[in-house]
Amino acid sequence: MTGTGTEGGGDRGAGTGRTRGRDGRAGEGREGGRDQVAGGRRKRGRDRVVGGRRKRGRDRDRDRVAGGRGAGRVWGWLADAALIGYFVFALFPIAWMLILSLKPADQLFSTYFSFTPTLGSYRTVLGDSEGIPFVRFFVNSLVVSVGAVALSLLVGLPAAYASARHRFKGSENLMFTLLSFRFAPELTVIIPLFVLYQKLGLFDTYVGMIWVLQLVTLPLIVWIMRSYFADLSPELEQAALLDGYSRTQAFFKVALPLVKPGVAAVSLLAFIFAWNNFVFPLILTSSEAQTVTVGALSFLGGDRPKYNLTAAAALVSVVPPLLLALTIQRYLVRGLSFGAVKS
Amino acid sequence: MGVRPALRPYLLIVPALLLTCGILYPFGLGLYYTLFDFSASRPRPDLVGFDNYRAMFGDGAFWDSAWVTVLYAVGAAATETVLGVSVALLLHRSSWVGRVLEKILILPLMIAPVIAAIMWKLMLQPSVGVVNHLLRPFGLGGVQWTDTPAGALLSSIAVDVWVYTPFVAILALAGLRSLPASPFEAAAVDGAGWWYTFRRLTLPMLWPYVLVAVIFRFMDSLKVFDIIYALTEGGPGDSTMVLQIRAYLEAIRFQRYSFGISYTIVLWAVVYLAAMVLVRHLGRVQRKAAEAR
Repeated sequence: MTGTGTEGGGDRGAGTGRTRGRDGRAGEGREGGRDQVAGGRRKRGRDRVVGGRRKRGRDRDRDRVAGGRGAGRVWGWLADAALIGYFVFALFPIAWMLILSLKPADQLFSTYFSFTPTLGSYRTVLGDSEGIPFVRFFVNSLVVSVGAVALSLLVGLPAAYASARHRFKGSENLMFTLLSFRFAPELTVIIPLFVLYQKLGLFDTYVGMIWVLQLVTLPLIVWIMRSYFADLSPELEQAALLDGYSRTQAFFKVALPLVKPGVAAVSLLAFIFAWNNFVFPLILTSSEAQTVTVGALSFLGGDRPKYNLTAAAALVSVVPPLLLALTIQRYLVRGLSFGAVKS
Repeated sequence: MGVRPALRPYLLIVPALLLTCGILYPFGLGLYYTLFDFSASRPRPDLVGFDNYRAMFGDGAFWDSAWVTVLYAVGAAATETVLGVSVALLLHRSSWVGRVLEKILILPLMIAPVIAAIMWKLMLQPSVGVVNHLLRPFGLGGVQWTDTPAGALLSSIAVDVWVYTPFVAILALAGLRSLPASPFEAAAVDGAGWWYTFRRLTLPMLWPYVLVAVIFRFMDSLKVFDIIYALTEGGPGDSTMVLQIRAYLEAIRFQRYSFGISYTIVLWAVVYLAAMVLVRHLGRVQRKAAEAR
């Protein structure tokens, strides 16, 4: 499947505003509904008609397809309102965590939207004062995620290059085996590893975690880099070979620099997935190598769940992936679809 | 490198191969364990052949779990597809609102599912959660979201939808932006209505992209673990006891390793078969779409 980004694609017209299925899902519909009104008021549809910056002619002929100018404008408002409704649903939980984490403990249940903000929860969480070494979990997450990505790059890049450039016996099978990891239930591997790690002394260690995270990072890196290498024209490397470069030099000096942005993006994406993993550390670590995803749950334990601390811990633990995600927007499509959809 | 050229690709692959074997070994070990009655209380297990599987298939609990897993996967994947494609279509209209919102579309997708489930758990608390607080004016302030069987399943699907809808939307949007312009121009000239254009042009050409997203989502939600573990831990009763959660409880909580692994092996086989069928279907769809262009 190749989408060579031919911009345009005509116009699907307005009027998709009726996102069916937006209502009736766990209490989001009505919320969204209410904010649609707010959204409707906030917006001044003027911009669309009076030359809102048209982007590469993508929205030509809208009004013609939607049937008349007036109708098109109304549909446009409805569509924007529906969009805003969805994004309220998408962003509200994050905003709510922020509110919860800034609330003092005594105002947790008394008021909803009015409170005196305090950084107390963050101080508690980052000061390890609840007997939960959260900072350590955070560092552990960093170590195992970076370690897993580094190891995957080390073995994955050569493999991706070889499988893109040489069709050899068994290469396809090997690639599909790798891809099938992506769909294997994690526990199929983890439960035996749980038994094995305890024998080998790898239980609750960085090495053990980095090893098992290959299940997440290696298929991603190999598959995506393979699609990048396959897109490179082989002539460049051939020219380098004619200039007297060795194969290895051609790889390092010609092929690799050309796919550098891809390598950077896929590394960050792999890091995010490793960071967000929960099953592996849940089962294969207990304290020494435990990560934030498991650590965040521990604030909910005990006889009185500490909502504000949980919210603070949750927010702290999503900061790295969110920041990284915003930097790799352009590469996401290819990364998320394992190279099946190019953008 | 002074290696014969014919061998070079193999050399490059060797490290990855070794690593792959390191991952495959525990998998094979797991298969082997299922033939024994291996548990913490039986460190010297006996060979029992297929008894684990026999016991499992004869157990109503397994079929309940399988049913819940399928319900969850179909519910989540279907909702995410409809919602994700809708969001993509709305963003593709590219009003200024859409352009602003597109930049933050991916945020939920980059949050660890387990953290998302924790967030929603706090929000869905019946007495103090903010969702019921917001619903109170509508007379729905007392909904027991995660404490009733149907509510728990719907809530966990909702969290899945919250996290993964952007995934479908991003792929669908990439598809929309790569569609050729001429058929739509022709349709506009012929005065085709919006619905006709969508049914006859947009959807068929977009479908290969959407199908990739659907396959990923369906496969992944069949093996859901994080969201349910954090939100309900399989409860109330067994109403959200999907296969991976039951496998976890069997193997890790009750330390009946062999039995727990048997669950995951069956799940793996189902996922694998489903993937084969869906990928074959995808190939057909892609060929058809290529011909239509």
